[in-house]
Amino acid sequence: MNKQLIAFKGIGIAFDERVLLNNIDMSVSEGEIVTLIGPNGSGKSTLIRTLLGLQTPTSGEMVRHKTLRIGYMPQKLHIDPTLPLTVKHFLALVRGVDKGQIAPTLEKLGIGYLLHSQVHVLSGGETQRVLLARALLNKPNLLVLDEPVQGVDVNGQVELYNLIEGIRDELGCGVLMVSHDLHLVMAKTDTVVCINQHVCCSGSPQHVTGHPAYQALFGVPGADESIAIYAHQHDHVHVESGDIQHSDKETHAHCNH
Amino acid sequence: MLDFLFRALIGGLGVAAVAGPLGAFVVWRRMAYFGDTLAHSALLGVALGFLFDINLNLAIIVLCVGLAAVLVVLQKKHIIATDTLLGILAHSALSLGLVAVSFLDNVRIDLMAYLFGDLLAISQTDVYWIYGGGLAVIALLVAFWKPLLAMTVNEELAKVEGYPVEAIRLLLMLLVALVIAVAMKIVGVLLITSLMIIPAATARKLSKTPVQMATMASFIGCLSVCGGLWASYRWDTPTGPSVVVCAALLFLIAYTLPMKRIKSSML
Repeated sequence: MNKQLIAFKGIGIAFDERVLLNNIDMSVSEGEIVTLIGPNGSGKSTLIRTLLGLQTPTSGEMVRHKTLRIGYMPQKLHIDPTLPLTVKHFLALVRGVDKGQIAPTLEKLGIGYLLHSQVHVLSGGETQRVLLARALLNKPNLLVLDEPVQGVDVNGQVELYNLIEGIRDELGCGVLMVSHDLHLVMAKTDTVVCINQHVCCSGSPQHVTGHPAYQALFGVPGADESIAIYAHQHDHVHVESGDIQHSDKETHAHCNH
Repeated sequence: MLDFLFRALIGGLGVAAVAGPLGAFVVWRRMAYFGDTLAHSALLGVALGFLFDINLNLAIIVLCVGLAAVLVVLQKKHIIATDTLLGILAHSALSLGLVAVSFLDNVRIDLMAYLFGDLLAISQTDVYWIYGGGLAVIALLVAFWKPLLAMTVNEELAKVEGYPVEAIRLLLMLLVALVIAVAMKIVGVLLITSLMIIPAATARKLSKTPVQMATMASFIGCLSVCGGLWASYRWDTPTGPSVVVCAALLFLIAYTLPMKRIKSSML
């Protein structure tokens, strides 16, 4: 059994009676890939911020392994245009970085040519790889990726997922990824956790790669190995007030609350 | 005879050299209005210094740091938009300072000198203050350059990587307060921010890395001091404003003359 890097035990966050997160249980172990999904405003970002220590939970307990070292890749990077900065200098800001590792890391991510580029002129895909490089340079055993494939087409997603999988295999690190897409997740994901204030359901993504409709949709080499469709198994619906209504009490046993 | 001019030049260069790199941070972090607020409150520091008979530089530093701390607390409470808050603090502090000064019957204060600076009147002690404070600021900047820059580029990433972001933010405020205290003699409370942000903004056009921009800002600031002093000597214009006009001219030149940014091969 791989060691558990981080575990949430009944984590909840509430401000002024507004509940953002309620009784969240989840964990990430070394070598494990966990994908966190949920609709807008479901608390994905709040959960990630809690994990990163940027937000303090109002209830519950967070157990961090003493060796935990996080490499964080934020959703986007805004750097004031008045600040001249090359990719090399941006990456050199990592605390305690080994500067000799900067160029090889970029090379590994296929963006070695960006070393002397200004950060302001990068494309969306390039920015994401530079941010991934920064996360890696922190020598993490847990990678936290906030919507790493946002705004990237399916081919690009396949490439990025392959890259992330390669990194996981090489470093043996845990990966926690947030996805904005409720149905398409990385196929190598060990666990998908769907949250909407609370954990709605979780499990492994189902492979439906043999389906002709799927292949027609993602007829790209390697796509059938990189992307999977996650089938939700909710036993409840969220009514407009935000309350939870269990549609069928009988099925509750299948749900991983 | 030219003793006072020489002293003014030495003092002015010292201030400009320190204001440059700090100004770069003020520009990057969009703190211009914040700097203004601290500068305006410096006059209150002067009044309090006279009132309690303590060293003026010390009084200014203490007041600026105190005000910065108050600002951070008020900002966190989200009572009102930050720019409004800064506006309120800046002008009430300035007015409070002017009112307090008017109560000082027994001391004659040259108000104009504090508002717009009087470079030609600086004493040997002032020069020591400028170089003592300036060296302290530069030393701190060099020692904490990486955390300061990491926080400026992206606070969340810096925090996740383990930088003590809150402490670094306080340090930056302290540095700005120090610079304001030593620069006040040269350009006065109303013009201090300009000596920080104009050379830095000019330097932006000419640099490709943060270090380059910071050093270039120092250099451009020093040029402005030389030009301003020369103009002041030649045409008998007020020194502080002349320095600022000179800095503004350099800014105009940098942004209107068609020139390419320095190629990386030249670095």
